[in-house]
Amino acid sequence: MDLIRFQKVTKKYKNGVVAVNDIDLAIEKGDFVFVIGQTGCGKSTLIKMLYREERPTSGKIIVGGIDVAKLKNWKVFKIRRKIGVVFQDFKLLPKLNVYENVAFALEIFGLPKSEIYSRVMKVLDLVGLKSKAKQYPTQLSGGEQQRVAIARAIVNEPKLLICDEPTGNLDEDTSMEIMSVLEEINKLGTTIIMVTHDTEIVSKMKKRVILLDAGRILKDYEKGTYVHESN
Amino acid sequence: MKAIRIFGRNIRDAFKSVFRNFSLSFASISCITITLLVVSIAVILSYNVNNFTRLVEQDVTIVAFLDTKTDEDTAKQYLEKIKSIDGVESVEHQTKIQIAEEMMESSETYNNIMSQWKVDGKWVEDEIPLRPTLLVRATSLSKIDNVADEIEKLDPEKETIKLVQYGEDMVKQLISLFDVIRKISIGVVVALILVTAFLIANTIKITIFSRKREIEIMRLVGASNMNIKIPFVFEGLFLGILGSIIPILVTTYGYVAIFENFNGQIFSPFIRLIAPEPFIYLVSGILLLIGMLVGMFGSLVAVKKHLKI
Ligand SMILES: Nc1ncnc2c1ncn2[C@@H]1O[C@H](COP(=O)(O)OP(=O)(O)O)[C@@H](O)[C@H]1O
Ligand SMILES: [Mg+2]
Repeated sequence: MDLIRFQKVTKKYKNGVVAVNDIDLAIEKGDFVFVIGQTGCGKSTLIKMLYREERPTSGKIIVGGIDVAKLKNWKVFKIRRKIGVVFQDFKLLPKLNVYENVAFALEIFGLPKSEIYSRVMKVLDLVGLKSKAKQYPTQLSGGEQQRVAIARAIVNEPKLLICDEPTGNLDEDTSMEIMSVLEEINKLGTTIIMVTHDTEIVSKMKKRVILLDAGRILKDYEKGTYVHESN
Repeated sequence: MKAIRIFGRNIRDAFKSVFRNFSLSFASISCITITLLVVSIAVILSYNVNNFTRLVEQDVTIVAFLDTKTDEDTAKQYLEKIKSIDGVESVEHQTKIQIAEEMMESSETYNNIMSQWKVDGKWVEDEIPLRPTLLVRATSLSKIDNVADEIEKLDPEKETIKLVQYGEDMVKQLISLFDVIRKISIGVVVALILVTAFLIANTIKITIFSRKREIEIMRLVGASNMNIKIPFVFEGLFLGILGSIIPILVTTYGYVAIFENFNGQIFSPFIRLIAPEPFIYLVSGILLLIGMLVGMFGSLVAVKKHLKI
């Protein structure tokens, strides 16, 4: 069953740039998909439309049965609760410790403290940071900070996890740690879409790979068929 | 339950925010305080002016001041004549001694002056420079002008009846003065409210900017618009409440002090200030309400302008 379906989706920014050009794409529930391509080819724009940071100029985008293109602004929060998002720059709050940063995503829903505690500890365990719950973002390495951001993104148990260059700021080993955390989350049933330009990681992971070029899908590699090309 | 927890969290956030930017919050709070002090003056004057007007309208008493040397018989004659005027309910003769004794009771100063008119504890009537009076009650307010005219006609040369006065005459001028002050203060209040709302909007704007990242993340993890906006509205509300504390205290204690100082009377025993209780609670309530509304209005302006979603 498809969790996501793009139908003839085009995004033209106000300045006239066509970032996504007539894309058709379906992603199955539980899948792990990489989106790759050169800088400026429209990767971020494509996924921003999924969590309705951007609205397509034309076309339909169905996520879990909802056409997010049609979604009214004030209703956007409803799909955000079903989608976790992770960025290259982590987006943690420096004044809150690890626990509080993750709990932040639950507190706004008014869950009871005890439930927040058990859910936060569960995801911190999953990303391997249970012992650092009381530390502050500045006391953590980049990889650890990204794992906090991942914990925050999945603490609400979203169906879909979107990652925009999550390893962009990390060295190779740390990047692979992040990848194994994501792999773990994917195994628990969460669909993952990850944007990256790190083709080495992509070939190692052996997942479905979508190669974008100038806002169009240049190639859609089936699981395990993508091979790192530069050497 | 859920709603209560979210509500509690919003309040906590708003409260923290007030103290995080305290210097800024302080400016807003001071501005609210000044505004509300003027509001307080306006409200107190308005209510009292209305009250005076109402009392004056109820006051159907006419006072006819007689010549100092009028003897008892002459006074009695006039009393009977006035009684027969159409629209007169009752007439009462107050002798110089009665008036003097009443005045002595009302104040120590009078007491000292008036004791000089006594010899061996007895009044020397010729020494008393006061005027005996005839207190006339009209049957209704509409009759009062006519009755006063008729009384004056009884003694066209003003040999005995020197002066005819009634409530409205005495108080009218002061009421109109109060009314001018009230109108000015309402004008000042409107201007101050605008300035205050603007200052609060600015405070909230800075809070919004200082929390840009937090807001971005809140949106990302699925906070609704209400979730994001409400803490800022609460913050404005808090500023309003904090700003109303001093004006409420000043009003409450100040009004009680003024009331006690004048013994509640400003013009005559009949025309009084409004009693402090429950009046001060009403005024305090009005101040708190205006403070809260101005605070919320200011923050709503900022939220609408700077938190586009
Ligand atoms: N908010 C925006 N306004 C206008 N143009 C934009 C905006 N965001 C991205 N673009 C343009 O759209 C194109 C695709 O950008 P993006 O989706 O960020 O690409 P990628 O993530 O693959 O680097 C680029 O040419 C970029 O300059
Ligand atoms: Mg990008």
